[in-house]
Amino acid sequence: MPEITYREALNQALAEEMERDDSVFLLGEEVAEYDGAYKVSKGLLDQFGPQRVVDTPISELGFAGLGVGAAMTGLRPIVEFMTFNFSILALDQVINSAAKMYYMSGGQISLPMVFRGPTGAALQLSAQHSQACETWYVHAPGIKLVTPGTPADAKGLLKASIRDDDPVAFMEGELLYNLKGEVPDPEDGDFVIPLGKAEVKREGADVSIITHGKMVNLAMQVAGKLEKEDVDVEVLDLRTLRPLDVEAILATVRKTNRAVYLEEGWPYVGIGSQIVTTIQEEAFDYLDAPVLRVTQADVPMPYAKNLEKLAKPDADRVVAACNRVLYRD
Amino acid sequence: MPETETKKKAKDEEKANGDANGQGKEGSGEGLERFDREQLHHFMREMLLYRRFEEKAEEAYAIGKIGGFCHLHIGQEAVALGFIGPLRDEDYVITAYRDHTQALAKGLEPGPVMAELFGRDGGVSRGKGGSMHIFGVEQRFMGGHGIVGAQVPLAAGMGWSIKYREEDHVCVCFLGDAAVNQGAFHEAMNMSAVWELPVIYVVENNEYGMGTAIERVSAVPIVERGEGYGVPTHTVNGQDIIETWSFVEDLVQEVRDGAGPQYVEARTYRFKGHSMSDPVSGTYRSKDEVEEKKEKEDPITVLRERLFEAELMSQDELEALDEEVRKVADEAVEFAEDSPFPSDEELYTHVYAELNEHGRLFLDGRDR
Repeated sequence: MPEITYREALNQALAEEMERDDSVFLLGEEVAEYDGAYKVSKGLLDQFGPQRVVDTPISELGFAGLGVGAAMTGLRPIVEFMTFNFSILALDQVINSAAKMYYMSGGQISLPMVFRGPTGAALQLSAQHSQACETWYVHAPGIKLVTPGTPADAKGLLKASIRDDDPVAFMEGELLYNLKGEVPDPEDGDFVIPLGKAEVKREGADVSIITHGKMVNLAMQVAGKLEKEDVDVEVLDLRTLRPLDVEAILATVRKTNRAVYLEEGWPYVGIGSQIVTTIQEEAFDYLDAPVLRVTQADVPMPYAKNLEKLAKPDADRVVAACNRVLYRD
Repeated sequence: MPETETKKKAKDEEKANGDANGQGKEGSGEGLERFDREQLHHFMREMLLYRRFEEKAEEAYAIGKIGGFCHLHIGQEAVALGFIGPLRDEDYVITAYRDHTQALAKGLEPGPVMAELFGRDGGVSRGKGGSMHIFGVEQRFMGGHGIVGAQVPLAAGMGWSIKYREEDHVCVCFLGDAAVNQGAFHEAMNMSAVWELPVIYVVENNEYGMGTAIERVSAVPIVERGEGYGVPTHTVNGQDIIETWSFVEDLVQEVRDGAGPQYVEARTYRFKGHSMSDPVSGTYRSKDEVEEKKEKEDPITVLRERLFEAELMSQDELEALDEEVRKVADEAVEFAEDSPFPSDEELYTHVYAELNEHGRLFLDGRDR
């Protein structure tokens, strides 16, 4: 299987879906002539022309709304946010228009569209450019949320998201674009991963690290570390946060009886809060220890290198959480 | 999209019609001769229908048959008819939450619209949207939207779709005068101009955003708020259906022919409170002001006087039309009353386009 970067995987997905379906178009800041702020849309302008790869003004609320209007009238827009940090300006259109349109129109208008871009902490970008935005999006019924952590998932899930008839927020890891991984060759057929399916990234028997997005890679690193101490870690990557693969979560908890949720976001009403609730409601009797969470510290992201390091989840903190649920000293 | 002659054409036209303070083409002021008797009677019938329909809604609200917010358009009927009547079926209309009469004007049936206000299963939006969210996709009535100004970028998106598919349709987007203070409006105006989208933005200037007079929150006249984007601006007397319809009919043709986005201030006045829960007058406008407007600027009276004077309608004909539409409004209420409430099952439908593989919604449906 060819090894390509996360960025190339996304680019392939965009190109393949735009090729497949004329109603798909991409709009956002710097996506066309500049090839994308993170070069995800590189070459698409040449391939598809300015009608389908569209540079917008810096107007997140406006172009998100324009995308919604285009989807209401049968197109399949992909709205790129340069980063999801900036999409907070667009949340009225995401929550009040996109997520609710199908319901409040009594099923008359579905919205086949994707909001995509990077999320999560980067390096020394400080408070406004370095944050995980999942919770803003996952809270409202009517929208789906996808968070790929590997190149293969990035490709397969983006293709599924573009084909989906609901609005999908597709959050990429800002620090993952250069990550390499195996992705099936386009020659070998259409590679699509259905939404709502978690994946066990590593089988294990002693403790489960449940996570999503970029943190999958940290979880795998921790699993490698703990293996040397004879602790067998299972890593469950949720991949999609709405719909949520509850069965997969329950299966791993029933198997290891111990779980840690790892995420980049803040702890307060974070993704982990929902996962812990789900586990205690449905698998309480299987637990041998309380479920712990490892998250970003409950502070805006600091700039200073040492403080930033303290704020972010790291391997040591995940190891410590695993040890606690294993009652290891 | 090519740097076009159309933009230039629109500009030139604006220059020809506009004056130094940027006020574009005034309503054409064309008279009755443009229309035949049948059309003129149709105008009267439609506006009477909207009026009687909303009076019924008002009654129903007063006895608790309609809940929540209910924003009446009474006094502004000529704007709905004048901007929607000249459109084709395939043209789009989108508006804010004062949306009942626009829906009727775009061809939605009065019964299902009333049933929506009543929160019934037979409502256009299955009772899930209510007064503020009337939708009729088949008629290309793309909704009432509840957040001030939020429908403006959506309209731009509809214009985008039209252009993308190389159709000659147009989108008419209604917004209130207060909506021009929202960022969404300005972002959408700019994008519409940059991409030359076939959208007519109609600011229904009824002088008040809820209880705030527009001059208290806008330093310049409303028509000027559309300037600065390269979009031609216009003002029309929205209380005169003859003037409004004539003006819009011409403008729509220009937009079909590629003139790009347009910004029209329709001067109008709301005879009722902002919503049914608000007083008609009081702290923000006087009773005398409202009464004077009702006496002098009621769009139905304005049309009646013109038709009577030209002897194109008799008192008997007017009464017959009124009787007919009162019956339609009564039947709309009966339809609504007879429609059942949505079943409990409907709570969970229409959240997502497809249920998941377990036939469930949300996380996995465990909230059910």
